[in-house]
Amino acid sequence: MSTLLAAAGSLEPAVRSFLSPTGQEIVFLLVGIAVLGAAVVSVTTKQLVHAALWLVVTLGGLAVEFLLLTAEFIAWVQVLIYLGSVVVLVLFGLMLTRAPIGRSPDADSGNRWVALAVALAAAGTLVTLVVDAFRTSWIDLSPGAGSTEATGTYLFRYWVLPFEALSVLLLAALVGAIVLSRNGKGRIPRPRPGKLRTPVRSVTAASKER
Amino acid sequence: MNLLDTLLRCVATLVVFLVLPLVVGQTEHKVMAHMQGRLGPMYAGGFHGWAQLVADGVKFAQKEDVVPSGADRRIFQLAPAVALLPYLLVLLAIPVGPGGFVGQAIDAGIFFVLAVMGIGVLGSLMAGWASANKFSLLGGLRTAAQLMSYELPMLLAAASVAMAAGTVSLPGIVDAFHWWWIPWQTIGAFVFFTAGLAELQRPPFDMPVADSEIIFGAYTEYTGLRFALFLLSEYAGIVVVSGLTTVLFLGGWHGPFSDSLGWLWTLLKTFALAFVVIWLRVTYPRLREDQLMRFAWTVLIPLALAQLALTGIIKVAIS
Repeated sequence: MSTLLAAAGSLEPAVRSFLSPTGQEIVFLLVGIAVLGAAVVSVTTKQLVHAALWLVVTLGGLAVEFLLLTAEFIAWVQVLIYLGSVVVLVLFGLMLTRAPIGRSPDADSGNRWVALAVALAAAGTLVTLVVDAFRTSWIDLSPGAGSTEATGTYLFRYWVLPFEALSVLLLAALVGAIVLSRNGKGRIPRPRPGKLRTPVRSVTAASKER
Repeated sequence: MNLLDTLLRCVATLVVFLVLPLVVGQTEHKVMAHMQGRLGPMYAGGFHGWAQLVADGVKFAQKEDVVPSGADRRIFQLAPAVALLPYLLVLLAIPVGPGGFVGQAIDAGIFFVLAVMGIGVLGSLMAGWASANKFSLLGGLRTAAQLMSYELPMLLAAASVAMAAGTVSLPGIVDAFHWWWIPWQTIGAFVFFTAGLAELQRPPFDMPVADSEIIFGAYTEYTGLRFALFLLSEYAGIVVVSGLTTVLFLGGWHGPFSDSLGWLWTLLKTFALAFVVIWLRVTYPRLREDQLMRFAWTVLIPLALAQLALTGIIKVAIS
């Protein structure tokens, strides 16, 4: 454990000043500002699909932040899961339902002030917590501290129980989703080439009766 | 590992990225033609029409760049870049020869490669939506659905190799390769290559650009250079998927004289696989959309899981 901690950097109180930042820290801050900007635009824009695309910028920027913190594995997982799957699913859902080009004024929710209050409260809590927990401690970043090997060792040696509990939670969510999506009316007949399905036939029958 | 070294590697990758897809494209012209009993391009450049793709490029560059009036202008113009760039980034991580003959050695190579390739679909989605054309939108939707379902078997097959090698770095995997991996990982190789074909939207998985149903899918409204960029991304994709299958399942640079000729082996295997991609295009008819989905969920994923189990059992048995 102690060697791993050493690899991950020390938590000694800061001996450096905040006024002489390294290049890495400057880039980290700049990317952070870009991420914040993209996040704000993605919740304030009036165009639905643009909001989803700004979310891409936000999540991609977060991956860059992970990279700058030497957490390489986490960065690629972020790209794989959030950019490659979650945003694509969001876009897919938007396009399947309603995604007009241009502004969609009916997308404004009446709850936005409540949402803003909740978001500000959550952000305030998190910032207070992190600032209070770390105060002036300084993490020395050494290359390789967030490599696949180090992450795997942490995850499967020291945090196995939470990891397994999370996987059970995900399994429960999966089963729940399947149960919710079944409507219990039996199987829908598979479409066959060259044969009309029953609903169509009943429509034509109805029109004949008329 | 200084700045000049990094820069040189990036430039070399860019050159490869610009040359290999064109070679594959020209091969496709000729191979398809001969398989269908004709000659293919014969005039451009003189010898067997070798300059046909250069001529095509000049033609594309001369065409007017049209943006439909109802389209979302900025996203419409951005989409080709989003579709093309991921393949360039992926090419950077594919090892060609032993001893650091790779654009950039990345610690979590497999993850990087599969993650970045997944971004390419955003380009098709953006193109399909921003074109303000219902065929484009349908094409974009089909692309998204296809990629979502084929990414899973691809990941599982790649995970099987990573398990066998005990590392997720691409050069590390090729280093750990032995000849008996080929029979051991056959199912995984089949699943990976098939899912890769589906990810590229090549026949028989080209439902998203089915010309008899939805014209040319997400790319219907594109003209000129932007259309050429989409085509280029398809051919770059062939190079990337063939290269990845080579590296993961066929042992990359391993072969006779691999110390001095390793890069040649990688290239040869990659081109053999690219030939198979072209061959399949000429041979098979297009699948129907529901057949496509059923194939992914009821054939490829169970096969990939079986391969994963097999890899695990043998790995435990030999260790």
